[in-house]
Amino acid sequence: MAAIQYEAPTTVEDAVGLLSKAKGTARVLAGGTDLLVQMRTGRVEPSLIVDIKKIPQIRKIKSEKGGFRVGAAVAGAEMSEHAAVCKAWPGIVEAFDLIGSTQIQGRASMGGNLCNASPAADSVPALVAAGATATVAGPKGTREVPVEKIPAGPGKTSLAKGEFVVDIVLPARKAGTGDAYLRFIPRTEMDIAVVGVGICLTLDKSGTCTAARVAVGAVAPTVLLVEDAAKALIGTKLDDAAMAALDKAVQAACKPIDDKRGTIAYRTKVSGVLARRAAAIAAERAKG
Amino acid sequence: MSKYHVTTSINGEEVEFLCEAQQTLLDVLRDELELTGSKEGCSSGDCGACSVMVDDRLVCSCLVLATEAEGAKVETIEGMADGDQLHPLQQKFLEHAALQCGICTPGILIAAKALLEKHPDPSEEETRYWLAGNLCRCTGYDKIIRAVLDTAAEMRG
Repeated sequence: MAAIQYEAPTTVEDAVGLLSKAKGTARVLAGGTDLLVQMRTGRVEPSLIVDIKKIPQIRKIKSEKGGFRVGAAVAGAEMSEHAAVCKAWPGIVEAFDLIGSTQIQGRASMGGNLCNASPAADSVPALVAAGATATVAGPKGTREVPVEKIPAGPGKTSLAKGEFVVDIVLPARKAGTGDAYLRFIPRTEMDIAVVGVGICLTLDKSGTCTAARVAVGAVAPTVLLVEDAAKALIGTKLDDAAMAALDKAVQAACKPIDDKRGTIAYRTKVSGVLARRAAAIAAERAKG
Repeated sequence: MSKYHVTTSINGEEVEFLCEAQQTLLDVLRDELELTGSKEGCSSGDCGACSVMVDDRLVCSCLVLATEAEGAKVETIEGMADGDQLHPLQQKFLEHAALQCGICTPGILIAAKALLEKHPDPSEEETRYWLAGNLCRCTGYDKIIRAVLDTAAEMRG
């Protein structure tokens, strides 16, 4: 194996500089729970590892404009211990918390979960449903990108050379809004989603849904934001007909694969069921 | 090949070592520092046999690069007993016969200690979920869970 270079820059600019100038394969190291396994199995053979955790803001959660700026390397356990984030965005916290064991929660990050670009990444549907954005730093400066635009396919992102995700911005939660994430796995813990559904919706005082975002994971090459599913809810009081329309719209959007975790037919059916259940939980939370 | 010089704290003592970029903290603990209590099971973060504390967080040392330990506080199974005085968890694991082959035991003890520091009175369910990342192929877990809950009760006094 050729020598690997390890760098731990302390500023975003230095990290961008290292990544931009890298000759071979460069990898950003946040929690490392995917990267180290990929290196061990030979799936990734980086010549440069840029550990971003020495950049001060990368491991902090900052309250901002009623929402939160979550550093790309903030660990799952740190999110679950943050009372204000748990209160505002319980769906995001529960999605992130489903990833791996206590040990993995001590390291795994949302930035890493997003940029590893697994179609089954648990935190991503919840972030997409919440309307979260990623701050991407690169040689041309910084840009804000909707989270759903980052993954480009299994293991691939839309990030250009030299770019990396600095933080994820959770917007201010609007009044009457609730979010929820559900995933299906054949056991109770420590598994990869067969299907995952994140829903964020807003109810007015009469209980009518005025806004919704529905995101589905593990049923396509990337997490899907399903606009028809949101339309099925908006303007309704989430009655049986609306839930049936939601179920149908989510199933129609699915383009899953057959694999050992689930067949196409099974994943498609389960996505509709999880969407109904997640919508019901989100609605309860919206009512406060 | 140039090596990286790392200064860290392990079980309260300042330690310096040289490592290569791809070496994990587990590799260095076992192969360079002769702290072989942390075990290598799966090398992919699934089994928990390599569990250690880094900056007060429970982690798999197979998923931490050794270079990342620079300036960190690392705690391993070797620091759990106070000389000949076993930690209450270690004592209870013996009393309950909560181990057989012993490969998973150091990791489970580290993980259980982290649990009791955070939740002095965990339920059985909380304990089982907390330890879900520590695999044991001998005991069937029941004696482990009983030993942890019994320790928690004793430590609460």
